[in-house]
Amino acid sequence: MTKSNTDETEYVLETKDLNIFYGDFMAVTNVNMKVQRNKITAIIGPSGCGKSTLLRAFNRMNELVPSSRIEGEIIFQGQNLYAPEVDPVEVRHRIGMVFQKPNPFPKSIYDNIAWGARIHGFKGDMDELVVYSLKQAALWDEVKDILDQSGLALSGGQQQRLCIARALAVQPEVILMDEPASALDPIATLKIEELMQDLKKNYTIVIVTHNMQQAARASDYTAMMMLDKEGVRTGTVIEFDETNVIFTRPKDKRTEDYVTGRFG
Amino acid sequence: MSQPEFNTIQEKPSDFTDNVQARHRSGLIWTLLFQFSTIVGIVALATLLATTINQSSGIVIYEAKVDPSSLAVKGVPLEDQSKEQLMGVLQANLSEGAYNKINRETPFEEQSRDDVYDLVIERIVKYQVAESWLLWESLTNRSEIDQIIAQEYPNNLVRFVIWFNWDFLTSKQSSDPVIAGVRSAFLGSLWTIFITVLFAFPIGVMAAIYLEEYATTDNWFNRLIQTNINNLAGVPSIIYGILGLAIFVRALQPITSGSIFGTVDPTTANGRTILSAGLTLGLLVLPLIIINSQEAIRAVPGSLRNASYGIGATKWQTVWSHVLPNAIPGILTGTILAISRAIGETAPLVVVGASTVILLDPDGPFSKFTTLPIQIYQWTTRPQDEFRFIAAAAIITLLILLLSLNATAVLLRNRFSRRY
Repeated sequence: MTKSNTDETEYVLETKDLNIFYGDFMAVTNVNMKVQRNKITAIIGPSGCGKSTLLRAFNRMNELVPSSRIEGEIIFQGQNLYAPEVDPVEVRHRIGMVFQKPNPFPKSIYDNIAWGARIHGFKGDMDELVVYSLKQAALWDEVKDILDQSGLALSGGQQQRLCIARALAVQPEVILMDEPASALDPIATLKIEELMQDLKKNYTIVIVTHNMQQAARASDYTAMMMLDKEGVRTGTVIEFDETNVIFTRPKDKRTEDYVTGRFG
Repeated sequence: MSQPEFNTIQEKPSDFTDNVQARHRSGLIWTLLFQFSTIVGIVALATLLATTINQSSGIVIYEAKVDPSSLAVKGVPLEDQSKEQLMGVLQANLSEGAYNKINRETPFEEQSRDDVYDLVIERIVKYQVAESWLLWESLTNRSEIDQIIAQEYPNNLVRFVIWFNWDFLTSKQSSDPVIAGVRSAFLGSLWTIFITVLFAFPIGVMAAIYLEEYATTDNWFNRLIQTNINNLAGVPSIIYGILGLAIFVRALQPITSGSIFGTVDPTTANGRTILSAGLTLGLLVLPLIIINSQEAIRAVPGSLRNASYGIGATKWQTVWSHVLPNAIPGILTGTILAISRAIGETAPLVVVGASTVILLDPDGPFSKFTTLPIQIYQWTTRPQDEFRFIAAAAIITLLILLLSLNATAVLLRNRFSRRY
């Protein structure tokens, strides 16, 4: 995968007529959306409408489900991620991911961050990278004295920031977050949201969230997903716009009903 | 346990019957059944241990073929004689050929005084068991036994013998139960298990990794393999013995006898060796190890795999750095079970050709062999009581060997579990 025209491309990720299947079941249909550089793009919608599936398609994580396949294209900096010559390992290096449940490795805090860099052949100063990543994830002050302790000994919110630091350590361009705060209390959630605002200076963030206030507070763009038709369980993006447009003057009636809490 | 205050609240008749007591009763019956089952298990285990220990020690009256007092030289009793005097006794009572044969095997200059004394006891005095009692009788019926000794065996050697002792562990096989030991069977078991684990552990774990992490698509071929492995775990062990006989003893004889490596044991010259036995037991426990390792690998949470893939790790890096370290305790538990199974197996080894009598210790994979279960089986079929005593002692040896092997595996497992 070659880096082409990075400075000129305004959009980091772009989907073209994207359909995602699990076996014969079409989970996500006909998605066309563009993710802007150094912005936070939120994907919202009711449960089971394919938000996570779409997010996982962005770094080819959904391929780990044996029966999954996609139609259409996802363009990352001018390159189709699903072109045959593209290695999914390299995709996941460039497009990192943070999961719903904090999942640090059962290793020390230091190794949690160093492992990813090490497998990608990091040649620089590892200590420096660990410190830098932890500082970026706003965790350094809390763990600087306990770097050799297990990552599992931290609190839930700290674990999630450790996972973010781990994702940052391999220096990705995009970070995908799959409901990163849904397992956390409001204070830890607030810290994650503040962190996202800091991170978007250097990274592009795509976040899936159940929490509409979170999307309204934290994101610049919002994609509203919904099950396409009654009786047909397949999700699609029904509206994609700037966040304040989605939440104040949505064009689609279903979006309006959803964001105003009338259903969903 | 009626609760009248509840009834006062209800004005209309209840839709529910008052069955709380009946439900508690049936719960109690089940609890008692569970306790009973546990007690049956404990009683069975206690009986096994008690019989074994009861048989493995007790009072023994010896009868000497040649009275030791008749071997006194110039008034010096046998026990106090010097090495030279004892050699004289040997020379006087053995044929010249037998005496020279001993000297050829281990020259007298190299033997200590105690070695020569043992030789005199073994070759000339030849203690036989005249009468014996089990541990329980020896402890509870002492006065009666003393009476019998005083009346019938006034001049005989009487000892309280614990058959499971150091001499028993370190002596070689013999047709005489008084001096027979378990050393070659013990070493045979160790060698066989060593080969078994060496063969079955890596192959089993690698097969489990492949099946769990790589052959993940649900097609007929993968299902067929999985079904076959599950069924193999249930195949009777004697069938594996026949398989081992056909493949390792017969077809692969040049390898299993060691002739291809030029290290033929002159006493065997065929494939009935430790290597064949170990590989046969390896085949036997392979499905066990595969299935248990698969379970352990499956139990590693998917979130950990996601975390690894999510930062761009390859499948192999994920398996090696995250899946395996977290599955190792479970894999070792499975291996413990497999070792326990293999070490107690008798039937397949009989088919593969375990020797019942071997006079040389096994010293490598190409030796003839016997194992503890074979030895126990062979001794229990003998008519004399004394063989049952040493069989009981051999059972204790087997149990201790089994427990120590398992303890090693448990220690290893705990070490891996505490890594984080």
